[in-house]
Amino acid sequence: MLATKRSRSGSLLAAALAVTGFGATAAADEVQRWGVNFPPPASTTAQEIYDIHMLTMGIATILLVIIFAVVIYSLIVHRKSRGYPADQHFHETWFGRWSWVFVPVMVLGVDLTIAGAAQKTLERVWVVPQDQPLLDVKVIGHQWYWEFVYLDHDVKIESRFVPKEEAGIHYLREVDNRLVLPTHQRVRFLHTASDVLHAFWVPELAVKKDAIPGYVTETWVNLTREGVFRGQCAELCGTWHARMPIVVEGVSQERFDAWIEEQKQVKLAALAEATAEREWDKDELMARGERLYNTMCAACHQVDGSGMPPAFPAIRGSAVATGPIPRHMEVVLKGVPGTAMAAWNSLNDLEIASIITYQRNAWGNDTGDVVQPSDVNAAR
Amino acid sequence: MTTATHAHADHEHHGPPSGLKRWLFSTNHKDIGTMYLVFALIMLFLGGASAMVIRAELFMPGLQLVQPDLYNNLVTNHALIMIFGAVMPAAAGLANWMIPLMIGAPDMALPRMNNLSFWILPAAALMLILSFVVPFFPGGGTQINTGWTLYPPLSLQVGMSMDFLIFAIHLLGVSSVLASINIIVTIFNMRAPGLRMMQLPIFVWAWLVTAFLLILVVPVLAAGVTMLLFDRHFGTSFFIAAGGGDPVLFQHLFWFFGHPEVYILILPSLGVLASILPTFSRKPLFGHHSLVGAMIAIAALGMIVWAHHQYTVGMSLAAVKYFMIMTILISIPVGLIIFNYMMTMWRGAMTFETPMLFTVAIILMFSFGGLTGVMLAVVPADMQYHDSMFVVAHFHYVLLPGAVWGLFAGVFYWLPKWTGHMYDEKLAKTFFWLHVVSFNITFFPQHFIGLAGMPRRIVDYNVMFTEFNMISSVGAFFFGISHLLFLYIIIKTVRGGEKAKARAWESAQGLEWEVESPPPHHTWTTPPTIKTA
Amino acid sequence: MASAQHGQDHYYVPESSPWPIVAMISALLMVFGLALWINAVGLGAWIFFGGFILLAVMFYGWFSDVVRENLSNVYNAQVSRSFRQGMFWFIASEVFFFLSFFGALFYLRTIALPWLGGEGYLAMTHHLLYSGFEAVWPTAGPQPTAGEFEAMGAWGIPALNTAILLSSGATLTWAHWALKKNDQKQLIWGLIATVVLGLIFVGFQAYEYIHAYRDLNLTLEQGIYGSTFFMLTGFHGFHVIVGAIMLLAVLGRAIKGHFSPHNHFAFEAAAWYWHFVDVVWLALFVFVYWL
Ligand code: HEA
Ligand code: HEA
Ligand code: HEC
Ligand code: CUA
Ligand SMILES: [Cu+2]
Repeated sequence: MLATKRSRSGSLLAAALAVTGFGATAAADEVQRWGVNFPPPASTTAQEIYDIHMLTMGIATILLVIIFAVVIYSLIVHRKSRGYPADQHFHETWFGRWSWVFVPVMVLGVDLTIAGAAQKTLERVWVVPQDQPLLDVKVIGHQWYWEFVYLDHDVKIESRFVPKEEAGIHYLREVDNRLVLPTHQRVRFLHTASDVLHAFWVPELAVKKDAIPGYVTETWVNLTREGVFRGQCAELCGTWHARMPIVVEGVSQERFDAWIEEQKQVKLAALAEATAEREWDKDELMARGERLYNTMCAACHQVDGSGMPPAFPAIRGSAVATGPIPRHMEVVLKGVPGTAMAAWNSLNDLEIASIITYQRNAWGNDTGDVVQPSDVNAAR
Repeated sequence: MTTATHAHADHEHHGPPSGLKRWLFSTNHKDIGTMYLVFALIMLFLGGASAMVIRAELFMPGLQLVQPDLYNNLVTNHALIMIFGAVMPAAAGLANWMIPLMIGAPDMALPRMNNLSFWILPAAALMLILSFVVPFFPGGGTQINTGWTLYPPLSLQVGMSMDFLIFAIHLLGVSSVLASINIIVTIFNMRAPGLRMMQLPIFVWAWLVTAFLLILVVPVLAAGVTMLLFDRHFGTSFFIAAGGGDPVLFQHLFWFFGHPEVYILILPSLGVLASILPTFSRKPLFGHHSLVGAMIAIAALGMIVWAHHQYTVGMSLAAVKYFMIMTILISIPVGLIIFNYMMTMWRGAMTFETPMLFTVAIILMFSFGGLTGVMLAVVPADMQYHDSMFVVAHFHYVLLPGAVWGLFAGVFYWLPKWTGHMYDEKLAKTFFWLHVVSFNITFFPQHFIGLAGMPRRIVDYNVMFTEFNMISSVGAFFFGISHLLFLYIIIKTVRGGEKAKARAWESAQGLEWEVESPPPHHTWTTPPTIKTA
Repeated sequence: MASAQHGQDHYYVPESSPWPIVAMISALLMVFGLALWINAVGLGAWIFFGGFILLAVMFYGWFSDVVRENLSNVYNAQVSRSFRQGMFWFIASEVFFFLSFFGALFYLRTIALPWLGGEGYLAMTHHLLYSGFEAVWPTAGPQPTAGEFEAMGAWGIPALNTAILLSSGATLTWAHWALKKNDQKQLIWGLIATVVLGLIFVGFQAYEYIHAYRDLNLTLEQGIYGSTFFMLTGFHGFHVIVGAIMLLAVLGRAIKGHFSPHNHFAFEAAAWYWHFVDVVWLALFVFVYWL
């Protein structure tokens, strides 16, 4: 029932509804609409997992068919209205007396079939193979974005959801910075989190692992084809759990190398800018601050600074953002322990200076204060 | 009253005390059973109302009705109310009503404590509802956005409402443990003379096993949430890595309770089926002894497989292998039960009154849910299924057909006994068909969206999941409405209807059918004589 | 149906009773008050103590009823068996409550700690997050926040307390023998000795806590060592206090001469409870203090 009926009834339903014009609107380019099964695997492990899934689903289907057949036969034949005489001694026959032995043995047989196959798959996918060089990617879950660090290349990217207007049909499955990975190269993911549990899940790659604050868990993949693979955070992590997409872009090794090089350049440029010994004027800081605020802080404090009380306080009119500057810097640099407000000390001085300047002057917070990167450096 | 005692042997009362006192101060297992059942019905509607909002929000992509935190709070309280408020109390209600009748006892062994076990529930429900309501007040802190599993560190971030919830869980735990003690003692100590353990109806056995499970695992949940409370307020670090703790420890404690809990939910219902099947198949139960053995095996295995809910937390290969194999093996005793039930129908002379209709539907749909459970147990595949809508589909297929329908079947089966009236068979059959069909429309499509990649517990989703979610929501609304019909049938039966005979079903067996319908306030004050076959 | 049957072979089903509902109200007040209190809201503490007083009243009232019924001889052997079995399974559930804390200790110490220290399946944790951390017990974790601390030794007060609690078990058994041979005086003295030993135990325990906080800087905030140490010993201490109160009540009834060699369920229940608390202590001594 499962394997066959699943896909068939799915497409039947799909057809029926599409005919009535129900919903079938947006043309699906990459989107596989009416998905009724795992998406096509894009890694070696995903393929193995797909196979074991189809196997157990097949076995389950056969068992279900048998159960349905027996019950339905019985319902039709063994009914009083047909005058069927109840067999009062059925449970005393040899069948009745020994079924408690042979039924478990038969079920055990099926169980061992499943478990045996599953074990073999498990052994191949579970432990990260160490016999070949690995590309290490540290995956850090934050409320509510992902941070990826290419440990061997000293490159770090942050990956955030993009609003509907930009993402279009991929809304909630599209990010600003994709995780770029080379194909035919074993990649090890090292998962951790900075605040609460998250889980890294990309169905095409068939990896899912919890990111646990304070611990590091591992998974690995070997991409078999190029393409864009979309997934989501799969562990409830609070308010915007639905807004933690993951987009993996599988590319050739050459393109990957080029991309890494590019990232390094971008990073160097940003660093040079931030450490440049100069005073920034307010407009510059405000412009940078607005952009940074909207990507990094607005998930909680909202674009208009109104927050989402009681969970997330407003910045507009907030006592902290309109009060003494040192306190404001402390909140941003150190966070507020025990709440979702993280310590943002991994941002550089310029970034923090511009965000704070922005918060102190936007939406009617007209303090007029300008915070310079050097002030931030001093406060660290 | 069995108060024909030395103290006041001269004046005997037979009827119940009148007015509110009858209910507040009750020591009567039937009254307490009724209160449990009514409470459970109210909670079913409350939990169902949350589910309706959930489904309405998921009808389309986008944020329409509720904000994310409120959504997650609804998911949390939906699950907690359904499990602790609806299913467990309803099963306890059946136990209270039927176990003394079935074993020929004058009442539960500890009647005052019985009353306490019930009355703690409304207190717990109040705390639970407060935990939902508190954030709406100024200073009330944030919503509980953790789901019913309450995983830290997220649950450490939540405001005061989490403390209300933790205490609600403590109260629920006290209630369940006291009720279980009572049931165990009743079964061991109160059987009519000559009634041996192996002669007990399977329903009684099922509850005995359930009660043991409760006594063993509920304290573990209580300890787990107590540690959570201390981590939240008193500076301990059980679940905080910086202090050497581990967030996953909470998951172990929770699921050490949580997995046996699912068998706690299912076993009483499976027990009910063993009463219904022989009646409407007109032949003896198939494999009475092996059913007892299977239930004990389920309990034993059920205690040692908890980590199959945590395959993704990063356990070693050896650990996941162990948990996988043990979990898969549970299909043996469960399969044996299903087999015995099928064979009870086999070569019977069946008729299809509503309890029997439900029983057949349970055998088919629960097997389906159980088989998806075995799929989930397969570790590598669970890398994909875990925390997706596929899991949601699995557990609604076992929880509703398995646990809830079993209770419905029991209610229809014993309603004539309790009220003295036959229910309206035609309406009940209408209810059955509406219920079962809309159930499948609601939850079957969730398998698809889960496999296609939709995580659970998300308030907003990508357009690719729209269609099946719409179907599911529409099904859910019909499913919800069917409950109103159920309520109507119950009320109608309580208020009147065709008089029920003592033996309401022509070939029903068991002591409960030896007393009038409805039974007098006190039954079996003289124990029945058991003729040993 | 309800044919009147009199005498000992007849199960006693009590008349309706107000105490369960009082118990419910007191429990509700206590948890409601506590929830407010720990969040420093309003009258939390007052509500909690109100509930607590009601709880005491309830226990007094409920058990007075039971005692009265017992003395008026309405119970038979079957009722008494129900009480015994009920107490037995209650203690069984308590055992599992304690087992969870021991389980947590075991997990944190022998599974999670090695990971943090760089061994076993999650060894990358150490490598990436805590490369300087050495996993030795006792520990306050890889990122302690409350300064240095010293662990509690096993061979000072704890060893003494072990001896005290074990002797209290002996005096209680002595009292039980007395009860069986109907020696009223020995019974009372046995109970008094038990309660006094129990109180000394609690006193030492309190002293030890003060010592821990004041001299060893060993507090609840000291990571997993502090957490498990105080939670396990704290819940045990709480159970000792409850057990001592039960024994006090039994003592009161013994003085009134309520017990006979064949009818002394209350004594046995309290004694079982006391022995259970004893056994938990032994496990505590081994796993929390010693190893
Ligand atoms: C009544 C409740 C109930 C019942 C009975 C079950 C029964 C089972 N469940 Fe389910 N389960 C839940 C309620 C229940 N479950 C809930 C609530 C969750 C989610 C919790 C949460 O995360 O919020 C869950 C989640 C859950 C998971 C975790 C998924 C995840 O989060 O990744 C797993 C994994 O192993 C699982 C497995 C099983 C298995 C193997 C059974 C077995 O007992 C099933 C046995 C039955 C059969 C197998 C069918 C009949 C047998 C035969 C016809 C014989 C032949 C069969 C074979 C040879 C296979 N369940
Ligand atoms: C016994 C337990 C039980 C029961 C009976 C139900 C019953 C239902 N559940 Fe269940 N559910 C759980 C246990 C249960 N659930 C658990 C444990 C979770 C996991 C929570 C978590 O992730 O933490 C969950 C999660 C869960 C989700 C996933 C949410 C998410 O992950 O985002 C959904 C979504 O569809 C859902 C839907 C439903 C529906 C439609 C019903 C229906 O059966 C409800 C039907 C009943 C009624 C509707 C009430 C009666 C009727 C009325 C009130 C009349 C009014 C009617 C209308 C207005 C139409 N539930
Ligand atoms: C994950 C959610 C989240 C994000 C993202 C976030 N904050 Fe916060 N923020 C909070 C929470 C929660 C609080 C309230 C803490 C408390 O209870 O005091 C807070 C408080 C603050 C306050 C103090 C406001 C007041 O009136 O108390 C400031 C200032 C602040 N955040 C700045 C920032 C900046 C700057 C950023 C981005 C770089 C940011 N926040 C990103 C959750 C967040
Ligand atoms: Cu991050 Cu969900
Ligand atoms: Cu489980």
